[in-house]
Amino acid sequence: MAAIELRGLTKVYPGGVKALDALDLAIPDGEFFALLGPSGCGKTTLLRTIAGLETASGGSVVIGERDVTALQPGARDVAMVFQDYALFPHMDVTDNIAYPLRIKKVAKAARHEKAAEVGARLGLDHLMDRRPGQLSGGQQQRVALARVMATQAQAYLFDEPLSNLDARLRLEARTFLKKLQRELGVTTVFVTHDQAEALAMADRMAVMESGHIRQIGTPAEVFQRPANTFVASFIGSTPMNLLDGVARGDTLEVAGCKVAVPVSAEGRVPDGTAIVYGVRPEYMTYSAEPADGAFGGKVAIVENLGASHLVTLDVGDVIVQAVVPEGSEPLVGDDGYALPRRDRALVYRDGELV
Amino acid sequence: MTRFVLGRIGFYTLVAVLLAFFSIPLLWLVTAPFTSDPTYEVKVPDFTLDNFRAVLEHPYALPSLWNSVVLSVGSAVLVVVMAALAAYALSRVRLPGRDALLYALLLLSSIITGTAAMVPLFQLAVELNLIDSQLGLILILTGGLLPAAIFMLKDFMDSTPKSYEESARVFGASPLQIVRHVVVPLVRPGLATIAVWAVANVWGNFLMPYLLLSDVEKQPAAVITYTLYTEGGQANLSMLSTFGLLYSIPVVLMYLFVSKKYGFRFHGGIKR
Repeated sequence: MAAIELRGLTKVYPGGVKALDALDLAIPDGEFFALLGPSGCGKTTLLRTIAGLETASGGSVVIGERDVTALQPGARDVAMVFQDYALFPHMDVTDNIAYPLRIKKVAKAARHEKAAEVGARLGLDHLMDRRPGQLSGGQQQRVALARVMATQAQAYLFDEPLSNLDARLRLEARTFLKKLQRELGVTTVFVTHDQAEALAMADRMAVMESGHIRQIGTPAEVFQRPANTFVASFIGSTPMNLLDGVARGDTLEVAGCKVAVPVSAEGRVPDGTAIVYGVRPEYMTYSAEPADGAFGGKVAIVENLGASHLVTLDVGDVIVQAVVPEGSEPLVGDDGYALPRRDRALVYRDGELV
Repeated sequence: MTRFVLGRIGFYTLVAVLLAFFSIPLLWLVTAPFTSDPTYEVKVPDFTLDNFRAVLEHPYALPSLWNSVVLSVGSAVLVVVMAALAAYALSRVRLPGRDALLYALLLLSSIITGTAAMVPLFQLAVELNLIDSQLGLILILTGGLLPAAIFMLKDFMDSTPKSYEESARVFGASPLQIVRHVVVPLVRPGLATIAVWAVANVWGNFLMPYLLLSDVEKQPAAVITYTLYTEGGQANLSMLSTFGLLYSIPVVLMYLFVSKKYGFRFHGGIKR
């Protein structure tokens, strides 16, 4: 087990596309770390560069205090689960799990024993003679995990480990993966484009955009205090309200309403500065009665989220969304008021958090 | 309605004629060897085995079949091994002008064993002391088959996902291990196809061995067939038909065997 450190890591593809732009990142030993970002942001390239499947154009990759930048993938002592699992279709489950050991020239009996042990741990004991084609998606994923576990590598790399599972199975696999990683205690980096997955599983995460890391932090930090408007709009299952406004003395003028300056930005926005006011729909209190510092408007849409509803208000020519608990949802066309929580609202200036 | 019926009748008549056209020679091939004095007609055989005895007694008939096996299997093995390595490299490594190279190879291949290259090939074989040598013939036949084999196998290689190999690579497998453990099993149906194709090609090749092998003990069955005449200079139909049957059986068996064994593809392991 080992920490992973990236120093000024750069990857330029032939043709001049800069996939990674001088990234610095330190992942301590044993951490479950998520790389999150929209498609094309460089997260998979970053993972493949750590694995050694892509060569870095600049900077270095250090795994457990060993500079592995110039080493072949096989010499880096990492193991990877591919998005399509890449189980060998001509080998049964035992041979698939034992394959890394075959490369290390472990005797057949010993590696089959190890495969049986790892397979049993992941509940694959009754499937060991099957071919990958005879397994369900969830079982294939567990075989891929077992194969990685059999390597006893310093670090694990997962490329979109859940994206090939059905929605229901994905939730189960999420819990399973997190529990497994905790038990094994092996440094694990995984790539995902699903913010909910990253928030749910990771100890810490990096949010990436076009080759840059836009924020590193725990899921709670990233969710509650997105460092910039990109992260703010990317994280959260209901998108954050990001509204243009201007500082007016002690208050902010946003979308034609006067709202209080959030706690985090108190005394830090001079009079007259243009700002973006951010507040998550979950951090709004909805009411049918007018209130001081609330956004007032007409209810345009009510979306059912299960145990709550997402209410969209037309405030002037912008929209403001608020989450309303079940039972108190308004009707379309009603007048409504959404009061942001002062301790949860955020102010961005020039795209960055104040 | 009548038009339709007439059309159908015409269609089936045409099919029947075509079928007869192709099946009568085959029918002759199965009946003539068992007939005492075969002519060009298809007759009900009298089930004599004399013709087979005659073939067995012919000094070069059976050895020539063995020579055919040596030549075709030797060439097929060389073609499969070399084409697999070349196709893998061409499929995975980006070379400038790779596709142009492939098409040029394919074009040239029809020339190498074609009639135009006969004289230079003969001279080359003489210079290299490979004239009248089965090894030399195998090398030349291999050279002729390789470009098309590489072209076909590259297609197979292109269609296997890269993540299998990348996965093996991260586990530390060397390029040759990747080829042996992962690529070859994945493209096995392709390799089998190429092998069958190569065997069938060499088995039926007359011109090259006829030109390059003068020693009758080294000549394959295709060349020996050409020598089966009676003393009077007439085609010896009883020998020809019997030998022809023996000559075609191994290839038919090989097709059946390979299509039974490799007539399926692996599925799964990659979630699509």
